[in-house]
Amino acid sequence: MKSETPIVEIEHVNKSYRRGTHIIPVLENITLEIAEGEFLALMGPSGSGKSTLLNLIAALDRVDNGIIRVGGIDITGLTETELAAWRSVNVGFIFQFYNLIPVLTAFENVELPLLLSGLSRRERREHVELALHVVNLASRMDHYPGQLSGGEQQRVAIARAIVTDPTILVADEPTGDLDRVSAEEILGLMDQLNRDSHKTIIMVTHDPRAAKKAHTIRYLDKGVLNDVHSQAAL
Amino acid sequence: MYILKLLFRNAFRHKLRTSLTVLSITIAILTFGLLRTFINAWYTGAEASSASRLITRNAVSLIFTLPVAYKDRIRQTDGVKQISGGNFFGGTYKDEKTFFANYAVEPRGYLELYPEILLPPDQKEKFLRDRRGCIAGRKLAERYHWKIGDMITLKGTYIPGNWEFVLRGIYHGKYDTTDERVFVFHWDYLNEVLKKRKSFFTDQVGFFMIGVKDPNRAAEVAQAIDKNFKNSLAETITETEKAFVLSFIAMADAIIIAIELVSLVVIIIIVAVAANTMAMTARERIGEYAIFKTLGYRGWRIAGMIFGESLLITMVGCLFGILLTPVAAEVFKDFLGTYFPGFTVKVETIYMDIGAAFLVGLCAAIIPTWRAINIRIADGLRRIG
Repeated sequence: MKSETPIVEIEHVNKSYRRGTHIIPVLENITLEIAEGEFLALMGPSGSGKSTLLNLIAALDRVDNGIIRVGGIDITGLTETELAAWRSVNVGFIFQFYNLIPVLTAFENVELPLLLSGLSRRERREHVELALHVVNLASRMDHYPGQLSGGEQQRVAIARAIVTDPTILVADEPTGDLDRVSAEEILGLMDQLNRDSHKTIIMVTHDPRAAKKAHTIRYLDKGVLNDVHSQAAL
Repeated sequence: MYILKLLFRNAFRHKLRTSLTVLSITIAILTFGLLRTFINAWYTGAEASSASRLITRNAVSLIFTLPVAYKDRIRQTDGVKQISGGNFFGGTYKDEKTFFANYAVEPRGYLELYPEILLPPDQKEKFLRDRRGCIAGRKLAERYHWKIGDMITLKGTYIPGNWEFVLRGIYHGKYDTTDERVFVFHWDYLNEVLKKRKSFFTDQVGFFMIGVKDPNRAAEVAQAIDKNFKNSLAETITETEKAFVLSFIAMADAIIIAIELVSLVVIIIIVAVAANTMAMTARERIGEYAIFKTLGYRGWRIAGMIFGESLLITMVGCLFGILLTPVAAEVFKDFLGTYFPGFTVKVETIYMDIGAAFLVGLCAAIIPTWRAINIRIADGLRRIG
């Protein structure tokens, strides 16, 4: 269910990287609004700047200029310390390579963001069990990442992303390292989170099949955002 | 608890690498501990010395002697309670390599001055009566399997000849620091032989051991003694027993400094070993640290993980090193015991081991931590996959 209220507002954002003496522009004058409860896919060729844009929205990187507001908060004006605290509450991350800590069990990996929350041990356990139940991995909570398949690891990563009930979920090529069946499962799970829990999801993908799950697809090419394509238009 | 579990699992993620690092630290701490024990053993004599005893020797050098006639003049000095003369004999037993401290002393005064030498009354009586009698410390007697009544022959060095003694007593030390590896015989016996040989050393002593009535007046008494012999043919220097022992130790200053430098080098080496391990570890996990940062973990938490892991590894190595040091010291003691009677690992050495390992753990983690907390999250995440 998509609301008309924008949860993410991006205004005239530019981003470049310095490589030696050269300055390489990555994003140019990006302006974008993402409504609450939207499932947005960012597509584009390699090097188009889609992961950079995702990193900026998730406050993993800083803009050169422009403004990004998430949930009404201008995150471009926050300090590193404030950003760390903000991320831990407002953003859930899903990565291509799952990015689980190999020496921690599925339960412990999902519990990681909650250790910063001030919840009691019992409350943390309840939250973690619920998140693992949502991704249908409650029975494997004591397994280490190395004992799980790629699809299962990604489901643990999704559980970790949703355990704090964040404002937005960002996913960078979430199916890029999975076989077709596992990829379908993960996309189904993300779709379910969007539909049933009204989670705003911003997903970077190369895969048109993955993008089909999104309500809206935006294309980036050479750092410039192209027109809106709704699924209906596709 | 959670963090401890994470530290432990991280530390032993690469079992072979961590085991080799722990082994290196164990060996380094063992070496460091033994070197510190060696330095401590050097100073054992100074620690065992009494504040109420003075030593008077020739002002020119220790190798010059003093007339035994000085004894009565010293005894008459205000503040002097007891006095005994003595010579360092320097004899060897069986062969030149078998050496232990041996002195010719005036026995009655000597035993009164050194109450920490515990000798059974019957053995003491027999020793005092027999001019060729000698006494030996318990550890020395055990080492050479001597029994009361045994004939012991020492070969003189600067006073040549074979010198035969009868073992009349085996003493025990009253304190842990009392040297139980000393051999003592009658100065009269030595002097009698020297007289017959018309030796230059006849009626001469190497030093006087003096007991003072009030230890607080020791400096004053020492000055008074030296004043007695001012402008004589053999001027004296009188100093506390501790200062006298330390002046001996000072002769070997260069060796002690060299050992201290080696122990410092050992610490530097383990810093390098531990730093190498932590640098490899942090480089491999830079992506994981980026994930932690992504999840909202701040720099000090990441620093805590790296410092904690570094300290865990160094402290495990330190623990093994500390446990092995007394065992190794016992083995060394058998070889060095005659020269270093106090070759025992002290509590201070263990504290120094722990301090050194802690310092190593901290130093080793500084650069990897700096790198981990300063890397941009996006760059760190790019290292995964």
